[in-house]
Amino acid sequence: MKVTKDLVAASATPMVLGILTEGDSYGYAILRRINELSGGELDWTEGLLYPLLHRLERLGHVEASWQSVAGERRRKYYRITDSGLAELAEQRRQWDTVVDALKEIWPGDRRPLLAFPLGGHA
Amino acid sequence: MTEPDGREELEPQFAQWRHYVERRPELRRSDADELEDHLRGSVDELVAAGLHADEAFLVAVKRMGSLDDLSREFAREHSERLWKQLVLTGESGSPAADTRSRRDLVAMVACAVGAAVSIKVPELFGLGFEEDVAFYAPNLGLFALPWLAAFLAWRRRAGRGLIGVLCALFALGAVAANAYQLTDESQSLALTSIHLPIALWFVVGLAYVSDDVRAPRRRMDFVRFTGEWFVYYVLIALGGGVLIAFTFGTFEAIGISPEGFVTQWLIPCGAAAAVTVAGWLVEYKQGVVENIAPVLTRLFTPLFTAVLLAFLVTFGLADAGIDVEREALILFDLLLVVVLGLLLYSISARDPLAPPVLFDKLQLALVVSALAIDVLVLLEIIGRITEYGTTPNKAAALGENAILLANLVWSAWLLLRLVGRRTPFAALERWQIGYLPVYAVWAWIVVLIFPPLFDFL
Repeated sequence: MKVTKDLVAASATPMVLGILTEGDSYGYAILRRINELSGGELDWTEGLLYPLLHRLERLGHVEASWQSVAGERRRKYYRITDSGLAELAEQRRQWDTVVDALKEIWPGDRRPLLAFPLGGHA
Repeated sequence: MTEPDGREELEPQFAQWRHYVERRPELRRSDADELEDHLRGSVDELVAAGLHADEAFLVAVKRMGSLDDLSREFAREHSERLWKQLVLTGESGSPAADTRSRRDLVAMVACAVGAAVSIKVPELFGLGFEEDVAFYAPNLGLFALPWLAAFLAWRRRAGRGLIGVLCALFALGAVAANAYQLTDESQSLALTSIHLPIALWFVVGLAYVSDDVRAPRRRMDFVRFTGEWFVYYVLIALGGGVLIAFTFGTFEAIGISPEGFVTQWLIPCGAAAAVTVAGWLVEYKQGVVENIAPVLTRLFTPLFTAVLLAFLVTFGLADAGIDVEREALILFDLLLVVVLGLLLYSISARDPLAPPVLFDKLQLALVVSALAIDVLVLLEIIGRITEYGTTPNKAAALGENAILLANLVWSAWLLLRLVGRRTPFAALERWQIGYLPVYAVWAWIVVLIFPPLFDFL
């Protein structure tokens, strides 16, 4: 099962900002982390990631700095800013609403999940 | 990271990949750095997983997807990059280039101010634009063009010898414009006023090629420069027109007439300064407009061909002679100049190695119909001269026709052979470049020799 493109795009911003809350990172590592988190189900491309990072940088949600690694290679590290954290909180609130609503209407064996406390996710 | 796994051998491939990436206008150098780091990370991981270096490279590039897709995504975020910025925001990235462009800017402003000032200097000696047409008309080119030449020579770091030659030629132009006492009504005055700027433009050309005088490619660059300069100059003139309209409108709204200021200062100084500014724009932004002149050529070659053919057909049917009055002569000369311009600017933009295409045939039709018209006009002029004797105007028109005819005949021949795939395109290009000095020599002849030849008529 692959997640559709629209859904990938919609979840892209909170995904990247969320990963950056774990610590500063760079493009390739972010992409690997997404792969790891989704078990390879989220089909991210470079064409999605880098323009998104640049947009977040333009909006001030992340800051970038160049660091040199392994000789002449330069690597662009991204760090989340306060405004990025605020944006992430806002996105999270919206996602929670969506997820909660979906859980309400989807019957079946997933329903009992609601009974569990959400503490583990906080 | 240090094991001998052949990753060193990948360097040329990385370099080539980078080259492709950097050619994309949507992708900046910093993007290329970032993507290269990504690619290398991907290769490292694949090599660690057991692939050979070259295999890993192929897989990593494949994973990144096509550059087209990547560029499209970048373009969505950075659409402004597709619009190259004009003037002063030139993002070059390197400090050395920045200082250079700033020094260019300073030199340009100095030369433009020089041109604007020099056109007002004669006023100190009591000469006015309206009263002394006989002085201003032939000297017009001498106020502005030396400054453009100076800017170009400065930019090319021309040698002392060449600067001496440039100065001598401009001095010669000044002599030609002022040594002969021509009256307001004389034909020679009009001829000098038209031909001296052309002669001086070729002196500007000498300044333009001053870094490599002998290279034929540089002469073609000067042809391109001329076309782009003209386009920029017209654009600046249009902007100037808007400025003048607002100057009039706003000042008249408060009951003050700005007419004196506009006609005595704004128009002459602006026109003189714009000559240098336009030259600087072409120099500084060679790539921005992606060369408008060849595009215009493409648009208008078919239209002009149609008009010329229609004229020939109508002329054949109507059976009327060409009325070779003065205006008509000038009109036909200009027509041939336009045809030559169309030819020249499509040559300047053509890929020399491309095989002949439909457009070349169209051009052949254009040149042949222009030739036919030229022959008709030439016959008329010769008839006139044998009947009524010659005047400077007729002699000049005749000489120009002969020069253009010679050019177009040989161009037609070369085009015919090009369409027949017997001559490479380069022959046509070489012919046009080689012919450029002929125009310069003719313009100088008209300016220097015609007035005494015709008793300053």
